[in-house]
Amino acid sequence: MAFVSRGFLGRSGTHRGTGELPPGQYDVGDGFPVLSAGPTPRTATEDWDFTIDGEVAERARWTWQEFRSLPREDVVVDIHCVTKWSKFRTAWSGVSLDTLLAAVDTSAEYAVAVSDGGYTTNLPLEDLVDGRAWIVDRYEGEPLAAEHGGPARLLCPHLYFWKSAKWVRGLRLSSTDEPGFWETLGYHDYGDPWREQRYAGD
Amino acid sequence: MARAAIRRRLTWRIATVATITRESDTARRLALRIDDWDGHLPGQHVDVRLTAPDGYQTQRSYSIASAPETPTVDLVVQRVPGGEVSPYLVDELRVGDELELRGPIGGYFVWHPDTDSPLQLAAGGSGVAPFLAVLDHHAAIRSSVPVRLLYSARSLGDVIGRDRLDGHAGRGVSVTIALTREQPPGWRGLRGRMDAEAIREHTTPADALPRVLLCGPTSFVEAVADGLVAEGHPTTAIKIERFG
Repeated sequence: MAFVSRGFLGRSGTHRGTGELPPGQYDVGDGFPVLSAGPTPRTATEDWDFTIDGEVAERARWTWQEFRSLPREDVVVDIHCVTKWSKFRTAWSGVSLDTLLAAVDTSAEYAVAVSDGGYTTNLPLEDLVDGRAWIVDRYEGEPLAAEHGGPARLLCPHLYFWKSAKWVRGLRLSSTDEPGFWETLGYHDYGDPWREQRYAGD
Repeated sequence: MARAAIRRRLTWRIATVATITRESDTARRLALRIDDWDGHLPGQHVDVRLTAPDGYQTQRSYSIASAPETPTVDLVVQRVPGGEVSPYLVDELRVGDELELRGPIGGYFVWHPDTDSPLQLAAGGSGVAPFLAVLDHHAAIRSSVPVRLLYSARSLGDVIGRDRLDGHAGRGVSVTIALTREQPPGWRGLRGRMDAEAIREHTTPADALPRVLLCGPTSFVEAVADGLVAEGHPTTAIKIERFG
């Protein structure tokens, strides 16, 4: 018989039973928890740039001003953190990775997002294209706060949110899959919330 | 060993509540009996999964508050008003009840006693839970590593693990408690929120090259991390675990 927690009913949350909540998650509502492994880096936009390098014919680089003048998209998405909270209908604005990756010629299949503070996370390149990932610099109509990853972060909402690297400064493309920070420490290599891929082996 | 431990597939297992003790006005220590527990490192956590009769499941992470030497695996849970899981664990759970969990999880926010570097701990609220494991382990292995704990709580009634912390202070651990909202008459500890001066005076100086572990709510962690960086601590020496 399946396990039942004696006396536990759970909250009749807004997203319970709607099929919008991945397994094991809960709706955090209006909150927006902050998770990061070290002190918050604070990079001024005049010192910021975004680079795509690694296995590319020629590396691409944008200064803040160049990045800000690229075509922009507004996206409203649900986000799911491996620490169990989900947040629905979050509104971001930024540049699609389709736009940025169009600037490089590559046959790489994997990417490592590289951030200020030394954080890294790995993703298959195919998860970053076809309108599924962005570099965002605004949240709910305001510049992205440093504690949430500002000046700019990766947004890849179909994977657990540790993949959406804060303080992102570039992508390193490779033909081999190179585990990032949490992936080296026992977290899942891919991180699909709908398949509950929290930890290695899930 | 820790690396090997986190590489293993984490399966759900059943823990039995052995004892429940009061840790503060709103926090309880749940001592869990888990068959074949392979041990853990201080700082690691477990995922707890609750299942309702209709099959609805939800999970939360809790730091392990007991040292590896302790025969039970203890969690310290503080009731979050309006929360879904913590009121159940604090108010509903009884000795003998079963709890589904998996772990130990996490190879980053841990204290490795094999390093000689001094250890600076800073906790806000229930963020002290993993440090109770660290300090108990430090005592159990008779470590000579100098340890300081800076601990911020709302009031004396909210301080978790007071007796244990007094015990650790008695064996030479430097424990500084700051009460942010309410202080009892004659309170001789710190008052109010963490500021640059409190951080400078009550933490290990940067030139002693301490390893720093910070755990607590974001406002606390941000203030202390920024203060320590301003004091010259390298960002790579500061490990953070936060909630909310």
